[in-house]
Amino acid sequence: MVIQALLKRNTYYDSITLMSVIQFVKEQTEVDDAGAVMATGANLALMEQAELLPIAFLAELEKSPGPEDLLISIRASDEAVAQAALLFAEQKLAAPAKRDVAGSVSTPTARSLEMALRHDASANLAVISVAGEHAWLEAEQALRNGLHVFLFSNNVSIKQERRLKVLAASKGLLLMGPDCGTAIINGVGLGFSNVVPRGSIGIVGASGTGMQQLTCLIAAAGLGISQAIGTGGRDLSEAIDGIMMRAGLALLARDPQTEVIVLVSKLPSKRVAQALLAEAAQCAKPVVAIFLGKAPEEFGTVGGIIKLASTHTGGAELAVSLAGGDHKRVPGNSALLELESRLAEQGASLAPSQRHARALYSGGTLCYEAMLLLSEQVGAVASNIPLHPQWELAPHEMFRGHTALDLGTDEFTRGKPHPMIDPTTRLHYLERAAQDSETAVILLDIVLGFCSHPNPASVYAPVIKRVRNEAQAAGRALPVIVSLCGTEGDPQGLSAQRAALEAAGALVFESNEAAAFAAASLVIDTSDISQAKGGSHD
Amino acid sequence: MTETPELFSASLRVVNVGADLFADALVEQGVAVTRVAWQPAPGDSDMPLSILLGDERVDRANAEAVKRMMAARPRLVDVRPAREAIPGFQQNLLLHAGPPIAWERMSGPLRGAILGALLYERMAANIAEAEKLVLSGEITFAPCHQYNAVGPMAGVVSATMPVQIIEEPVYGHQTFSTLNEGLGKVLRYGANSPDVIAKLRWMEQVLGPALSRAVRAAGGIELVALTAQALQMGDECHNRNKAATALFAREIAPYMVETGNSNEETVSVLRYMQGNDFVYLNLAMAMCKASLLAAHDIAFSSVVTTMARNGTDFGIRVSGLGDRWFVAPAQKIQGLYFSGFSEQDANPDIGDSAITETAGIGGFAMATAPAIAQFIGGTPADAMRYTLEMYAITVAESSNFQLPPLGFRGSPTGIDIRQVVRQNHLPIINTGIAHRLPGIGQVGAGLVRPPMVCFVAAVHELAASISKGF
Repeated sequence: MVIQALLKRNTYYDSITLMSVIQFVKEQTEVDDAGAVMATGANLALMEQAELLPIAFLAELEKSPGPEDLLISIRASDEAVAQAALLFAEQKLAAPAKRDVAGSVSTPTARSLEMALRHDASANLAVISVAGEHAWLEAEQALRNGLHVFLFSNNVSIKQERRLKVLAASKGLLLMGPDCGTAIINGVGLGFSNVVPRGSIGIVGASGTGMQQLTCLIAAAGLGISQAIGTGGRDLSEAIDGIMMRAGLALLARDPQTEVIVLVSKLPSKRVAQALLAEAAQCAKPVVAIFLGKAPEEFGTVGGIIKLASTHTGGAELAVSLAGGDHKRVPGNSALLELESRLAEQGASLAPSQRHARALYSGGTLCYEAMLLLSEQVGAVASNIPLHPQWELAPHEMFRGHTALDLGTDEFTRGKPHPMIDPTTRLHYLERAAQDSETAVILLDIVLGFCSHPNPASVYAPVIKRVRNEAQAAGRALPVIVSLCGTEGDPQGLSAQRAALEAAGALVFESNEAAAFAAASLVIDTSDISQAKGGSHD
Repeated sequence: MTETPELFSASLRVVNVGADLFADALVEQGVAVTRVAWQPAPGDSDMPLSILLGDERVDRANAEAVKRMMAARPRLVDVRPAREAIPGFQQNLLLHAGPPIAWERMSGPLRGAILGALLYERMAANIAEAEKLVLSGEITFAPCHQYNAVGPMAGVVSATMPVQIIEEPVYGHQTFSTLNEGLGKVLRYGANSPDVIAKLRWMEQVLGPALSRAVRAAGGIELVALTAQALQMGDECHNRNKAATALFAREIAPYMVETGNSNEETVSVLRYMQGNDFVYLNLAMAMCKASLLAAHDIAFSSVVTTMARNGTDFGIRVSGLGDRWFVAPAQKIQGLYFSGFSEQDANPDIGDSAITETAGIGGFAMATAPAIAQFIGGTPADAMRYTLEMYAITVAESSNFQLPPLGFRGSPTGIDIRQVVRQNHLPIINTGIAHRLPGIGQVGAGLVRPPMVCFVAAVHELAASISKGF
């Protein structure tokens, strides 16, 4: 039998802690007996009684232990067992105590990202939506701590964006944003996103509602999404150089679940887009690139497996085909033919003064796409996000001729929620457009999914019904066209929303392109909608 | 086919910084979300915070600071007059609590204590003479901290006053504090009447020497172990020192008897300890000062090593910023007042005793002191919450001081100015309230938080010293 001991000077533990540690040591090791005490005279006497007093050990000390010193002593069959038990006891004492807190006081909410990571060290994604001037620091800290970032905040400077994206790329992380409205990662919708099945089509997109439109159209055709990675709207600018679009492309190229890749952006820099396409051509998977409003010819010849489109609907049809689905199941322009007679009927009831289309959008990319398509048919479209500078609305102007408003821009959302959440601003514009005798058609987008208004049809349908009745009473027809973006699985439910809107007299399209063409058909000189060309199929 | 990218094979675990809308949608999808109750950092501090949060040298320096803070082993070794004990002390030197301050800006209690100290030192025969002496410029004022001393409330230390000498052998520092006078009319609250001076003389002639003999006979007293025990007996060692005082008295009593000059004298000293629950406060403060000295002057460290008030200004010092004070006007204390007094009577925050919070006890250890939660205007649940909140702005959990109500979790230790500013979340200080007029004494107790501007200025300064890039 041997006795081995350990003395820790000036180290205090209460006797209950020490007793519980010793009990643990006795249970978990092969010792004969063990003791741990603050080395008071009385305690040493107790150790002696228990035949645990390490007499030889104490004799070798320069100074005998005192009440402020911790003494651990082990009696065991041999030295190795005793030493192991001492080490075990020491580690057990040093280990953090159980965090069971008496009473009802819970851990306070984290007030910084670093503290949140103390709560959950395995977090792998930060969703950031704080005010833009502070958002970069949050994103930077998330990246430094190894988190991917979904950065919803806008007003992050382009210089900061570049810095953050370079940092993200150097760490193999995604920086989705800034001003990133949507993403779907591992089947989880981030931000404003729709419930779509998982599948083989992967998306990297610089546009929020554009990606929502794409994922919904693909889901409607019965296919699913592997990943939908947002990049923020400026990623394909000269300054950002497509850092995240290329990172997303590379990720999807490696991802075994992804069989077809869709890239989508508005307003790409031609040089950046070409470089991106060159990289895409190296990828072994088919790639569909949607550059809104850019004719495929603009990019010259690209690799054989890259297909180009200029609208979401066109891109969705290409992707569905490439993924082995039926492109005809994408709710595209065929809906125009189904509604042809109703469109013609409403067009015929317009008064002579009713010459202009009025588009009131909540989704910026959808608005942009609608303007592109409208202006192809009708020429100038005034807007707060004009396609040409001379088409910009003056500050006092609500409408001027054909008009398309993006009501989600800063000027309309300062101090107010986004129109996808709060319809107040858009209802005001809807009323004014309806009262304007020049208005021939009102075009609205309604975007369903997470984070959007829980039941937009319940708000818009009664107003649509009323303004149409009022117009009729004034001797005018008032066609209302809705571009409805959503899925059956969304919290709001696509068909219930569609039914309520249709019951109010709206013409509902799931394809924004089709909705824009329908609106255009009511204001072009010839009401022959067969003139309206479809998306850029090849 | 290549391997699935890491992100795509992991299950998402999200930190949500910003609108709850996004977190709610994730929870609806069954995703684990940790929410951040985000606030903008005050004082245009994002860029300096980015520099400090992104520099690993700061983290390493902070780890070293708290390691030293916890490895320090301060012990009481003797009690001697200040002029003998404190290196560089002069007869015309008066130390005071808090950051440096000139006579013109001193608050009532501090002025009262200064004048009282001059009477006590027999450098003036009456208050008028004492004032004249001060105005003559012959008296030098300096913060206690400048001499590694600490004093509660006015914190005035003069040459003849006995001070407790704390030695810290691991890092080789010495710190000092006066002996506690008890409650009521006392010099540290600015009282200077003849009975106050008489008490100081008794402390000089009887108490100091008696303690000196006893402490030396005991071979010194280990303060960390004693404090750790007191924290498990309901003290937080700032506003409650009942258990620690009892433990100290128990340690010292036999030696007191052994080395006493006379029964009468020994009894008078023991009765002093019997009647004063704050005997240990001054020891706790000097112990904390010694731990924090060990943690001071570590390049790049953003850990606070001093928080102190002089009744007019609040000042902090930071380990990586040398002896520079970051100062702002002292705050009013939120608390309870003794009957007959109200907020109108209160002096702004005063004293070096916030050194306890700086070292991770006092207000930071409120969870373990439910008995006084009500005294400072709260419930035991509030006390628990105060401590839990302080973990968010500290670097470590103490290996010395465990808090039973939190499952023996170590007390929150090492205030990090980065997180104070980043979270807009100030340390909590558990303190007494002095009357704004000299000589009346304590009128209440409560909680106070330092001014944020001190921390903001320190963050900007530390970032600037690390990087000239902004």
